[in-house]
Amino acid sequence: MSHLEFTGVSVRYGHFTAVHDTSLVVREGTTHGLVGESGSGKSTMARVAVGLEKAHTGTIRLDGVDITDRSRAAKLGRRRVQMIFQDPMAALDPRMPIGASIAEGLLATGRRHNRIDREQRVRELLDLVHIDPARASENPSRFSGGQRQRITIARALAAEPAVLVADEITSALDVSVQGVVLNLLRELQAELHLTMFFISHNLAVVRYVSDEVSVMRGGRIVEHGPTDTVLTDPTDPYTRELLRSIPVMGQPLDLSDANL
Amino acid sequence: MTASPDLIVPSGTPADRGNRLRTVAGSPRLAFVLRRLGRAAVSLVIVLVASFFMVQLVPGDPVRAALGPTAPAATVAALRADLGLDQPVLTQFTNYLTGLLQLDFGTSVTSQRPVATTLAERLPTTLFLSVASFVVAVVGAFPLGVATAVSARGGRRRVLDLGVSGFLGVIIAVPNFLLAVLLISSLSIGAGLLPPAGWGRPDQAVLPILALAVGPLAYLARIVHVEMLRVLDAPYLTTARSKRLPPRLIYVRHALPNIVTATLTAGGVVLVGLIGGTVLVETVFTIPGIGSTIVSSITAKDYPLIQGIVLVYAVLVLGANLVIDLALAVIDPRSAIGEA
Amino acid sequence: MRTLRTPQGIFVLVGLVLIAAMTVLGPLVFTDAATARNIGDRQLGASFAHPFGTDDLGRDLFARTMVAARLSLLLTLGATAISVVGGVVLGVVTAVLPRPARRALSALIDILLSFPWLLLALFFSVIWGATSSGAVLAVGFAGIPVFARIVSTLAASIANADYVHVSRMLGGSRLRTAVRHVLPNIAPPVLVNTAVHASVTLLSFAALSFLGLGVQPPEYDWGRLLNEGSERIYVSPMAAIGPGIVIVFTGVVFSLLGEVLSEKRTRAVRALKGSERVAEVVPSENVVDVKNLRVAFRGEDGELVERVHGVDLSIAPGEVVGIVGESGSGKSVTAMAVAGLLGPEASLTAERLSFGEIDMRRPLDTAARRTLGLEQAMVFQDPLSSLNPALKVGRQLTEATEIHAGTKRGEATRRALAALALVRIPKPAERLEQLPHEFSGGMRQRAMIAMGLMGSPRLVIADEPTTALDVTVQRQVMRALRDAQRETGAAILLISHDIALVSGFCDRIVVMKDGVVVERLAADDLDRAQHPYTRGLISCVPDMTTDRDRPLPVLGMVDEEEVPA
Repeated sequence: MSHLEFTGVSVRYGHFTAVHDTSLVVREGTTHGLVGESGSGKSTMARVAVGLEKAHTGTIRLDGVDITDRSRAAKLGRRRVQMIFQDPMAALDPRMPIGASIAEGLLATGRRHNRIDREQRVRELLDLVHIDPARASENPSRFSGGQRQRITIARALAAEPAVLVADEITSALDVSVQGVVLNLLRELQAELHLTMFFISHNLAVVRYVSDEVSVMRGGRIVEHGPTDTVLTDPTDPYTRELLRSIPVMGQPLDLSDANL
Repeated sequence: MTASPDLIVPSGTPADRGNRLRTVAGSPRLAFVLRRLGRAAVSLVIVLVASFFMVQLVPGDPVRAALGPTAPAATVAALRADLGLDQPVLTQFTNYLTGLLQLDFGTSVTSQRPVATTLAERLPTTLFLSVASFVVAVVGAFPLGVATAVSARGGRRRVLDLGVSGFLGVIIAVPNFLLAVLLISSLSIGAGLLPPAGWGRPDQAVLPILALAVGPLAYLARIVHVEMLRVLDAPYLTTARSKRLPPRLIYVRHALPNIVTATLTAGGVVLVGLIGGTVLVETVFTIPGIGSTIVSSITAKDYPLIQGIVLVYAVLVLGANLVIDLALAVIDPRSAIGEA
Repeated sequence: MRTLRTPQGIFVLVGLVLIAAMTVLGPLVFTDAATARNIGDRQLGASFAHPFGTDDLGRDLFARTMVAARLSLLLTLGATAISVVGGVVLGVVTAVLPRPARRALSALIDILLSFPWLLLALFFSVIWGATSSGAVLAVGFAGIPVFARIVSTLAASIANADYVHVSRMLGGSRLRTAVRHVLPNIAPPVLVNTAVHASVTLLSFAALSFLGLGVQPPEYDWGRLLNEGSERIYVSPMAAIGPGIVIVFTGVVFSLLGEVLSEKRTRAVRALKGSERVAEVVPSENVVDVKNLRVAFRGEDGELVERVHGVDLSIAPGEVVGIVGESGSGKSVTAMAVAGLLGPEASLTAERLSFGEIDMRRPLDTAARRTLGLEQAMVFQDPLSSLNPALKVGRQLTEATEIHAGTKRGEATRRALAALALVRIPKPAERLEQLPHEFSGGMRQRAMIAMGLMGSPRLVIADEPTTALDVTVQRQVMRALRDAQRETGAAILLISHDIALVSGFCDRIVVMKDGVVVERLAADDLDRAQHPYTRGLISCVPDMTTDRDRPLPVLGMVDEEEVPA
């Protein structure tokens, strides 16, 4: 089990600073939820963790090893942090059968696999995410959105990651299908003792999945702590406003003095 | 910044990333204009260099090639000295540039007249031909494109729509010189309605302009058609319909302004193509413009004349592109902001 | 391929066969006729024996055209190959280089692209001379910038796809990613463009030869024949028109080949016939009355597919009704039908479909349109595209009341300012003069609500108005909607997939699934929902009280989720 630590991370796009000097720890074997609205910088945090963006200042350490620089150790470390994207269709090569896409994940383990091992492993992974292994030769277009998302999870798992980063993975799915993906994540975390960094704008989903929560706004973390504490009795006014804005089944919407 | 969650999210768009020019210039539009002028300047430099080196790159001896294998060596040497080809390349280039600044394009080998004179005589004709054809193409394309789009969207006249679309497709496929020949043989020789060649009288301009403009008209009409269909399906058109505005208002006020950008861009491509097309059409109709001249000068290997015409054509094209880009910046401010 | 069975596909196939026949068989069959001089028969016009006439040496021009096919096509293919290979190399290099070099190279390509191909070709033919090989090089090189631009744009867009990022994150080298992911996804569009480009190259080559700068005698290609023929159009027009027809035909076949190869399917709208005479109905007091509504659409294969199967709905004055459902439930289609905004490709039948006294099944007259324009307000889902990007917001607010109620501009502006104030948009006077892209998402939705307030609305139809917005912004928009309702007493029809939102805002809820209404209940009675789908929807959405120690309930059968079409 590994832990991921952000220390003093800043990310800039030209004049615009998406993340200001932010620190955060994803503890081993737990799920850390990062919640915020558009422009909060939460997706940037996810992307910088897997190397899709560059941090201008600060470090990100996986088990103590800095994975932001250009050293070989950093490169190897980055491979152990894998991401699941929001749009499963864009995350799968439309012209590759799903078995081949999943097998690509095996590259990251650094071990060689012969064809038989590869196919075996792909079958195991498809089983793990509850997709019929006999369908490994089909193209992504033959699967629904929820199934594609599970396929991308299988690919990420093939890499035997230390940390899994989930960036808005249920936002593009129908409500009835979200549950399947979330349940799968719970199951996998319990079985494989994964460390997860879960990013979403949906507070209820984050609450369900996470042991610890950080709330982000305007590139900074305004509140963090154990899930129950933060989301039951928050101290930060923004967190409170967020909670007030969530519609609750069966209760009238709280529309009093909504700030401008 | 105290980001109220309601603000527009600047998420690292190209307009934000490292756009120092924008902060210097103070407004994205001005930055866009400066950038375009800069690019035009660079293009001009490239054109100057290219037109100069055109002669240098000709394999073998360009002078020999121009005069033929039987010309006496003394004549060849004299012409070489005349063209300055016996001097080092850098000197030639400097002379070339200084000459251009004084509007001295050299002397034509075939006619022994200054190239600048020939250009001055013939350029207006080509300009007129290009611009007139452009106007015809644009004026014809808009109503045609809009009408076919509205009809296609209604879906009630499928056979007619398919027929018109197929007809336009064929017209686009007919090259302008072939169209010129066809027009001459049908309207001029066959029906005797219009003169087949020459220049000077208004009726002599009809067939050349038609030959130049018809293909681009069909092409532009198709672009207008596609854009119109895209816009008519856009959500803001549903909003306009939900207000139950009269159809005329919906098309003119709501739809048309949104096709201007794409149409203008296509118009730029068309205008540039028309400028190139003058070469062919002038040749067919024996019109004394720079287009017919460039062909004869290439055949005759009259390098100073070729260089002069290539340069003028290139400047015309650069000018056309610049005008279109500036018009776009004025009409659609978002295209200026969006450009990286 | 299905595409081959279309008229276009058949034409292309037949055309390709003919072209191949000309190329392969032409010289074999026609060489004799093409070279046989017959001075006695010179310069004949078109006739049965000589369909294109004869040239000034008495040779049959049709035969010469057939023989010239091989040379023309070989030269075209050669030039096209140069353009494609050069363009692909240049384009891939451009996409792969580090940023500064990429921008410089890209700018160079743009500059080259800004010149018409003919001038580029002339430029190159000055250098390489007026011969067939020179012309192949000239036309080939002139076509490289076009392809380079296409390929670099394609490569750049694919290089930005998530699956390419994943491949790199999994440790794949740049080369591996390029070969396994970028190239296979570039290949089809490049193929399409090659076919189209071949068409253009053919015509360009003909142009060069026509000008005398391409193929030189005694060789001849189609362009050369056109050149010789055009000198004789006074005597025998077919001498030029004949080869011309063959050139155009070949060009059209190639460009249609490109269209057929492209996997894009153009959406042809087929309007469905207008509804038959509909019976008169008794006016009701309800704002909206819908009975047995059925809506069908014509699919791509021409089959009529029904999406809404007999929906009933009624909305009383001032009532707030919500329709809840997932994608494919038909909720949006129902809302559009109520608004009378379904397009010509929809076929609508209903026993009753009325807005107040207006029968929405019939075509609307001017009075009905005026009423609807003033009394019905719409808020759509996508704030980015629901407002016209080219028009000022003020104009979009005032136009309906100006047209339908004849309100003068000054008065309309005053009301627009009041409407913007009601939805709490600050600095309304400035905002009226702005374009929509200067508004944020939530502000645009509130502006749409304000637009509805300009008339005297009896119904506001809001179709997923907050789906694309942050939850705090959603609160502001829902508040604006509520204030609008209180101010005008209008009824509201709210469409959403978020059952919690609908239960918190509406008086009544209608649950739809697969085109039918499965349950209707008051918002207060949600916990007493009967239908299993409703109960499933309620329980499977995680909220702030969900038990974190148990798996989430899942709707229905999971592995038989609908595969998208």
